[in-house]
Amino acid sequence: MNELALHIQNGVLDAPVSLGYAVLAAVTFGFCVVRGRRDLDDRLAPMAGLVAAFIFAVQMLNFPVLPGVSGHLVGGALAALLVGPWVGALCVSVVLIVQALVFADGGVTAIGPNVTNMALVGTAAAYALIALLLRVLPRTPTGLAVTAFAASVVSVVAASLSFVVQYALGGTTRLESYGLGEIAMAMAGTHTLIGIGEGLIAATTVVTVARTRPDLVYALRGLRRDAVAPPAPARPVPTPGGVA
Amino acid sequence: MGAAETGQGHAHVLHLERDGVLHRLPPEVKIAAMAAYTLVVVVTPREALWAFAGYAALIVAVAALGRIPAGWLAKRALIELPFVVFALALPFLAGGERVDWLGLRLSVEGLYGGWNILAKGTLGVLASLILAATTTSRDLIVGLDRLRCPQILTQIATFMLRYLDVLAAEARRMRVARISRGDDPRFLWQLRGFAAGVGALFLRAFERGERVYLAMVSRGYDGRMPAAWHATGVATAGQWVAAAVVPLAAATIAVAATVLR
Repeated sequence: MNELALHIQNGVLDAPVSLGYAVLAAVTFGFCVVRGRRDLDDRLAPMAGLVAAFIFAVQMLNFPVLPGVSGHLVGGALAALLVGPWVGALCVSVVLIVQALVFADGGVTAIGPNVTNMALVGTAAAYALIALLLRVLPRTPTGLAVTAFAASVVSVVAASLSFVVQYALGGTTRLESYGLGEIAMAMAGTHTLIGIGEGLIAATTVVTVARTRPDLVYALRGLRRDAVAPPAPARPVPTPGGVA
Repeated sequence: MGAAETGQGHAHVLHLERDGVLHRLPPEVKIAAMAAYTLVVVVTPREALWAFAGYAALIVAVAALGRIPAGWLAKRALIELPFVVFALALPFLAGGERVDWLGLRLSVEGLYGGWNILAKGTLGVLASLILAATTTSRDLIVGLDRLRCPQILTQIATFMLRYLDVLAAEARRMRVARISRGDDPRFLWQLRGFAAGVGALFLRAFERGERVYLAMVSRGYDGRMPAAWHATGVATAGQWVAAAVVPLAAATIAVAATVLR
């Protein structure tokens, strides 16, 4: 089910929808390049290349879920947390394009829809949630772990729902006996399970990185600046026995 | 679905070391031919059954020309398996008119739909595999570059493919180190060591990226790859024509199938 929604093959979607999504993906990719340059300027190519290699390598690592059942990471939310939404989306896009061309994983005519789902929708959904949760949750390893977990689940589910939208627009076979809502529910259900596995690992991974090199976690960078900028509030005196 | 944690999916680039006509063809014409062929296959109406037989014959001919063993192709085409399952399920899931076959009530729409995904998906995977088998990953990137693919994409892809094996080997060493210290995860909730390893892998990748960048800058990198990178072996007109035979033959079959239907 994972592969079905996330590495679409040729012939699942019709030509106009594939082409439309290719244009959408190309335009968004260009925008990500512009914003990624702002983060990394001419370091962009080597750094994004290494991060893309990291994502690719992580996708190759199978881990046991239950005895006999193994899974692997998708890595979109992890990339968004570690290197930011723009470079993250670029890296996942390149991984998908190379997988289609060099490894026959995902159809060549479905590169547009695949990049849209996993690299763009997945990363955008993850980062929107990350930006929100990191402001709301306490700035502790637990807060970061919860953020990473939730962002991973939402990222995978959003990518799968984006596939449902594409299938509704240009699926080659109409599934008339099943409503769109039912298909969306089924996809969201299976992908929540995948996302939970993804989220547990992403959370531990990000916390590990934040403990060693917090400066490398992109999602924490802006926050630190924000936290420094306003005058430090008076430290609240802990009141024994009650919460202020 | 083995318990092994090492890479299975993409462990090795699919290139097949040979010296043949297809291997010597410049990468840009092969990419263009493969993409054009796949596009023709995808837009062909699914009811044109015999057109797909023609496309399959083209694949067989090209694979023979490239001296790619059928078994090699078949084994790697298994990547398509989730879609085969989906295609086989469609006759039961889709609605509309039904036919009885061996006591099963199957949807006509679903049968066509399943056939559509099975045929187009398989042909697409085989075409991609032939391209990957006859072209090194470096040449594929050079080909994309010559097809006016944005430089930033080809550069990121170059670094990615260059360092993929390095990082994969690093991940393998970390796994051996973990397992030799008694870590033996069987359930999802026992994966703390694995996940910490992923974090360490990211740190090593990122820091390696910084070192690679500095090494490049000290050798004169200014954001563009040197021109010598893709100067030699640009396709001649004759090679373009030779490669165009396959998609043109496919297009002829498609037109014939649509007209004669």
